[in-house]
Amino acid sequence: MDLSAINPAVLLASLMVASTPILLAAIGELIVEKSGVLNLGVEGMMITGAICGFAIAVQTGSPALGFVGAAAGGALLSMTFGVLTQFFLSNQVATGLALTLFGLGLSALLGQGYVGIKPPPVGDINLGPLADLPFIGRVLFQHDAMVYFSLLLVAAVWAFLKYTRAGLILRAVGESHDAAHALGYKVVWVRLMAIAFGGACAGLGGAYLSLVRVPQWTEGMTAGAGWIALAIVVFGSWKPWRVLIGAYLFGGVTVLQLNLQAAGLAVPVEYLSMSPYLITILVLVIMSSGRGRAALNAPASLGRSFHASS
Amino acid sequence: MKRRTVLAGGAAAAALGMTRAAWAQQETVKAGFIYVGPKNDGGWSQHHHEAALEMAEHFGDKVELVIQESVPEGADSERAMTQMALGGADIIFTTSFGFMDPTINVAAKFPDVKFEHCTGYKTADNVGVYSARFYEGRAVQGFLAGKMTKTNKIGYIASFPIPEVIRGINSAYIHAKQVNPDVEFAVIWAFTWFDPAKESDAAQALIEQGCDVVLQHTDSTAPQAAAQKAGDVYTFGQAADMAEYAPMPRISSIIDVWAPYYIERVQAVLDGTWESDNTWDGIGAGMVGIGEISSAVPDDIKTEAEALRDSIASGEYHPFTGPLNKQDGSAWLAEGEVADDGTLAGLNFYVEGLKGDIPS
Amino acid sequence: MIRLEKRPQPSRAWSYATPVLAVVITMIAGGILFAFLGKDPFLAIKTIFYDPLLGEFAWYYRGQLLVKAGPLILIAIGLSLGFRAGIWNIGAEGQYIMGAIFGAAVGLAFYPMEARWLIFPLMVIAGALGGFLWAMIPAILKTRFNTNEILVSLLLVYVAEQFLASMALGALRNPEGSGFPGSRNLQQYPAAANTELIAGTGMHWGVVAAFIAVIAAYVLLKRHMLGYQIRLTGESPRAARFAGVRPNLLIIFCMGISGALAGLAGLFEVAGPAGQISIDFNSGYGFTAIIVAFLGRLHPVGILLAGLLLALTYIGGEAAQANLGLPAAAIQAFQGMLLFFLLAVDVLTNYRIRLRRTEAA
Repeated sequence: MDLSAINPAVLLASLMVASTPILLAAIGELIVEKSGVLNLGVEGMMITGAICGFAIAVQTGSPALGFVGAAAGGALLSMTFGVLTQFFLSNQVATGLALTLFGLGLSALLGQGYVGIKPPPVGDINLGPLADLPFIGRVLFQHDAMVYFSLLLVAAVWAFLKYTRAGLILRAVGESHDAAHALGYKVVWVRLMAIAFGGACAGLGGAYLSLVRVPQWTEGMTAGAGWIALAIVVFGSWKPWRVLIGAYLFGGVTVLQLNLQAAGLAVPVEYLSMSPYLITILVLVIMSSGRGRAALNAPASLGRSFHASS
Repeated sequence: MKRRTVLAGGAAAAALGMTRAAWAQQETVKAGFIYVGPKNDGGWSQHHHEAALEMAEHFGDKVELVIQESVPEGADSERAMTQMALGGADIIFTTSFGFMDPTINVAAKFPDVKFEHCTGYKTADNVGVYSARFYEGRAVQGFLAGKMTKTNKIGYIASFPIPEVIRGINSAYIHAKQVNPDVEFAVIWAFTWFDPAKESDAAQALIEQGCDVVLQHTDSTAPQAAAQKAGDVYTFGQAADMAEYAPMPRISSIIDVWAPYYIERVQAVLDGTWESDNTWDGIGAGMVGIGEISSAVPDDIKTEAEALRDSIASGEYHPFTGPLNKQDGSAWLAEGEVADDGTLAGLNFYVEGLKGDIPS
Repeated sequence: MIRLEKRPQPSRAWSYATPVLAVVITMIAGGILFAFLGKDPFLAIKTIFYDPLLGEFAWYYRGQLLVKAGPLILIAIGLSLGFRAGIWNIGAEGQYIMGAIFGAAVGLAFYPMEARWLIFPLMVIAGALGGFLWAMIPAILKTRFNTNEILVSLLLVYVAEQFLASMALGALRNPEGSGFPGSRNLQQYPAAANTELIAGTGMHWGVVAAFIAVIAAYVLLKRHMLGYQIRLTGESPRAARFAGVRPNLLIIFCMGISGALAGLAGLFEVAGPAGQISIDFNSGYGFTAIIVAFLGRLHPVGILLAGLLLALTYIGGEAAQANLGLPAAAIQAFQGMLLFFLLAVDVLTNYRIRLRRTEAA
């Protein structure tokens, strides 16, 4: 065993990259859940975003346009969920699962002509002297634009929820749709917008996989990342910065277990592979223990259909 | 409705019960293929599918191809095979290890249909098995890895701890060590055949810990991309040539070449000469292809590697030739002794010098 | 403007008509999708919906329908009880895996003894116990620490998958399997095999168990106090509390029963159709069953029909793949559409559509 081979700066830098897809998807889902909607179809929207982004980036030669297309694709697919749950009042859990099934099939159909192609490369942003700082430079300042975008998005979501009127309305809708409706807010439209935002973010997360982290297109390439994003929203108790911590923690444990293996640590691999999930459960328990739902910060109307009876 | 049921039942009994002493010559053949993954997974299943298409093209009108992709192992695969057999397939290729018992079960019900199971070990009168000696290709990879590494640390992304993968690690290690006694292997067990994100992370972890050659036994090109980003890291294509990453980081590859075998076996069905077989072919028979050694490799090393490849192909040299000890230091093969196929087929230990444990 | 008006009572007529309507819409939309992919839409729809039931090889497919629907129904029945009470067990896939591992382990421990009367029942108990215990983790965390059961049960699926891989490669690996992963084949061990009860019908103990579960759930919900408590909790948790329902006990019960049934499904699958513990033994029954539960409107008889319908799309979809060359992805998308439409038309059961002028609203 040679643990000295693990360079903490490099480890931190790669955990940021590894965490970005789930962070993007999770921050989108946070907004969705804050509006009182539980969309379990994150996986389906991510993979659809992955192929939309990939296809558009390949066709246009521009990764930036690819990301725009991924966001649009994810948002468009999420509207299926939005229309079903908001207008047809279908059960959110079942519709979300159906969305995942549909998204996996649709993406595979769309992607049939894109297997084995290399996408246009996404470069790292040149931050000049910052990148040369010892330790910090390697950890923070040698990444591609999407890593920074995801961090900005977390900040923006945090500010949106905390300081803006629109954020207040969104929270009101999520806490009590009946009260929000009585106050004259358009519950259904607020939720639709939140769902679209969630879809766009999930799409971006998927495209980050297919354009940056892997980069290639293959069926089922998200391999469960969407489910992790869902877990992280709860793990972060619906707070943007905690979601960031959760995503980085999960990405960190994943990267660390591979590094420990590479360093020859004699821990059974199966148990190492379980560790990110077990640690997430453990943290969930610690966070929720001894406190009620209110302390957990869960939107009170989460998962409930809204129908204006008046 | 009733009558239809009765009639269908009768037809079934006939279909299930009929046996022929010998296969007859046939004008046309319906050939079925069952894949465990999508037919464009970029790896294992895609290679079988491309070979199937090549075979179908070779025979033109004489062959009708039926395929089923993304078939889960277990009960679903048994149904997929039955479906094909009922649909009139003459020969069915089942291309994943997990299809072994289902293939045997279905074959017992359809004695008229020939089955070919890939990578298994159970045969029957109408079930043949075939697999490739990928470890021969691993020897060439190991040789190149040992020659090319500057840090003397070689990373290996392994999938599951099964004999096939363990053979590959051992073979690569033996030949890397032969040309570079200081070489060390770092093995990551990914516990997946295919998970691009995880493969990418695994490659990243290996590279960060100083490995400048990364071998992979998983199917995606994610490790290639990670190596390309890192710059001075060498990799090898797996299953596919992955030529889009040549000349750097991909300096060579192991390619699955199934088409000639498929053509041969379908021809045998046409001729009425098909017999159950147990084929385990390597570089020599052309089932394992060594992809072009790229320009990143100095000419003299390339020449040596090709010589190694050719001596394996001709049967002059066997990658598992003694003296070799097991990891615990106990003797395995004496000087000049060659591993027998039985031991190799079930190989479940590391050779001396490899560190770490095989998960079990 | 179109408005929805909540019906005082769900419409009985619509609750029967909506599934038919959804299937018809799906056939049309699916036909368009298939035509778009260059296939004959009528042939494709016929291959998926008609051939497995009444086509040339229906004698084989009808049995397979039961094999495929059995585990789906068995798991969905268990889940539906919890779903009715607002207890969300999303991790049936993990409980299914653990049931299979526990059951197979017991069977393999006796190998090669021949006391079927002892071994098979013990396996059944172990299978149920495996699923039950795995479901108890989220249940107890929920009651003790108020941890979200959706996430814990879901995360435990991934843990169970890793455990499955380690069992297939380690403790349960077939000692005579020349080092290959996977356990002994239970089909070839008569004392432990879950064989077809009547050859060629697909009817095995798991299918029988599914039918029993349907009846038991029906009786429980209709006649039993517990069923009443479940329904009441789902409709109004506060009222349920006043009525003397102990929520923690109900959580333990619902999670336990759904876990045990999922575990049973796993055991019957591993000892029967699948035959062995292998790395990829599970194939998503636990997740599909969630959809089955909702398609069946959480009603036992509905679940029975939904399970059969979904099984039909699987089997017909496979046939369409093999015979028409439709990609597997198209079938997946087709199934997704079916679910969407089924969920969408459900609105007609609970709501009335009213055309109104805007100013009236």
